[in-house]
Parts: sequence; structure tokens; C-alpha cells
Amino acid sequence: SSGRCWYHRARGWRMAGAVPFVFLHAEMVAELGARDTDTDPGPGGQKRSLEGTGFRVGQALGEREELDALKFLCKDLWVAVFQKQVDGLCTNHQGTYVLQDNSFPLLIPMALGLQYLEEAPKFLAFTFGLLRGALRTLGFESLVTSSVATLPACKFQVVIRKS
Amino acid sequence: MSRQANRGTESKKMSSELFTLTYGALVTQLCKDYENDEDVNKQLDKILFSDFLPRGYNIGVRLIEDFLARSNVGRCHDFRETADVIAKVAFKMYLGITPSITNWSPAGDEFSLILENNPLVDFVELPDNHSSLIYSNLLCGVLRGALEMVQMAVEAKFVQDTLKGDGVTEIRMRFIRRIEDNLPAGEE
Repeated sequence: SSGRCWYHRARGWRMAGAVPFVFLHAEMVAELGARDTDTDPGPGGQKRSLEGTGFRVGQALGEREELDALKFLCKDLWVAVFQKQVDGLCTNHQGTYVLQDNSFPLLIPMALGLQYLEEAPKFLAFTFGLLRGALRTLGFESLVTSSVATLPACKFQVVIRKS
Repeated sequence: MSRQANRGTESKKMSSELFTLTYGALVTQLCKDYENDEDVNKQLDKILFSDFLPRGYNIGVRLIEDFLARSNVGRCHDFRETADVIAKVAFKMYLGITPSITNWSPAGDEFSLILENNPLVDFVELPDNHSSLIYSNLLCGVLRGALEMVQMAVEAKFVQDTLKGDGVTEIRMRFIRRIEDNLPAGEE
């Protein structure tokens, strides 16, 4: 029967982890699909529930792509350039990330402390570009700023621009 | 480059996260659908109790076939063996966790599954006005549906829930009876 055929095709996904999703999706179509066809889309095309649910999941997965990109910067890119990883990564989950480096290699040659604090921004501009360039290649437009409280520690703030 | 490699190794985790995210989005969508309803909570309770339990049941009925095909687990001889298979094989396979089994009743017809991390509630924070929701009730339906297909009538219900501030999540399983007679002709 067609039901069985569909089932075996779903199993083609192979990984057990995918199976609950396939069955949940079938139940969602049963639960929300009927409701979606019942309700007339309002003026301007009101979002249907099934589409709305997919939209939410897509948003969440997209956010994770973004986080993956930032993790790539903190680990691989930082190691490739500075032979160390970023010490901390924070996010507000709305596109703003703060990369904290407790001893940023390009600031280490300057005296420890506050003496050359005014010069510090010049020593960070190249790295802003590095971050923005890597992010653009990965498909994200960004704005990078930084703050230096005590040399050689610094924080880079990355804001992903939503188009 | 390395993003690609990460994706390969994480795809297994990703596929069960897809389930978690989708379920969360579904509940959120239902909250949104009813946002103008004066009785949002009642509606959601109704959905999670009266609508989602059968939905979970339907999932369980299908999932058991997949499970038996993948796991090579044979027929369980008692409820203790069933508990072991559920916790150590099934939960592991589909949700990537192994709940612990505790609180056996003296008669051996009731036990609890303790989920230290319920993956279904990853990324979930219940708003105060929805604190009566049994968010993961779908799981109880899945357990009931799956076990009914192997001739066991059980009751499954949440008695503790980390979403509500309890220390752990606890599903209480109760064996009701063995289903004897409705086997289709020709099958064991």
C-alpha cells in the first residue's frame, strides 16, 4: 500500500534520530493541515500554521549556522592566525557576539597595563577586517567593534547585520 | 572546510534536534494561533491532553515498527525487561539519552523513568501563565502507542518536570494488562 511505501522511503533517512521527526511531521500535517485549509488567509496573506512552524524551525537552525560561523572564527581562524583560541564567546542570541581574548597576541608586545591604551585601537583594526572578511565569505555581513580595558586583554563585538 | 567536517559528525545530533526544535515550534505556533483567545491556557491544555496524547500515540504505533527493525530486540518476558529496553535501547536510539529506572512498585507493575536531561525541552522556557502545561506529554502518548503494539496496555504520565522547577523529569509507567486477543490471523 502507499502508506507502507511512504514509510520505507522515510526510513531511507537511515539515522534513527530522524525518524521521530518524520512521524511528528506527519502528525503536524494531520493536526494543523486541516486547520490551515479551514482558515481563509486574511488580507495580505496571513501565515498558515504549518508554514509558521517551519519558519520558526528555519529561524532556529539559521541562528545555529550563525553560531557555527562564530565558533569557526574563535577556534580555527584564531588558531590559524594567532596560534591560540579565543578565551570566551558570548551572545545575546540576537545576532550580537562578544569574543573575549584575555591575552590578545598583537597587544602583548605593548607594555602591560594602561600606558599605551590610546594606541591600542590601531593594533586592532586589522583584526576587525580579518573577522569581517571571514564572516562575509561564510555569508554574513557584520559590524565589528572592540573594547580594551586592560592590556593585553580585549573584547571584539561582532554584530551580524540582518538584510 | 572544517565547517563541512563538523556538519558530518554533528548530523546525527542534528537530526534529533530537528525533532526537538519542530516540537517546540509547534507548541509555540499553537500558542500564537490562540493568542486572541481569552482562554489560551485551557486551549493549550486541551491540545496537549486531548489532542497531543493521541498524536503521540500515533507516533508510537509507527515508531515501534522502526524500533523492532533496527534493534533486533525480541519479545520481553516481563515488565522489568521492558523497562530496560525502553530506557537503554529506545531512548538512546531516538533521543540520544538513557533515563534511569527507579521506584519499582513491590508488585513490579510500576516504575519511573528519570530523565536528567529531557531533550524535548532544550531551548524551552515556559512563560508563567503557561506553567500548568505538560509540555512533553507527547512522549507519554508515544510510549503508550508503542507498547500497545507489543500487546502491553500501559499508562504513562509525567509526575515531575524540570520545566516546572522540579529537580528531574519523571515519567511514571504503570502496567495495566497484557492485550491477548486482537492479534491479526496468521501473525504471532
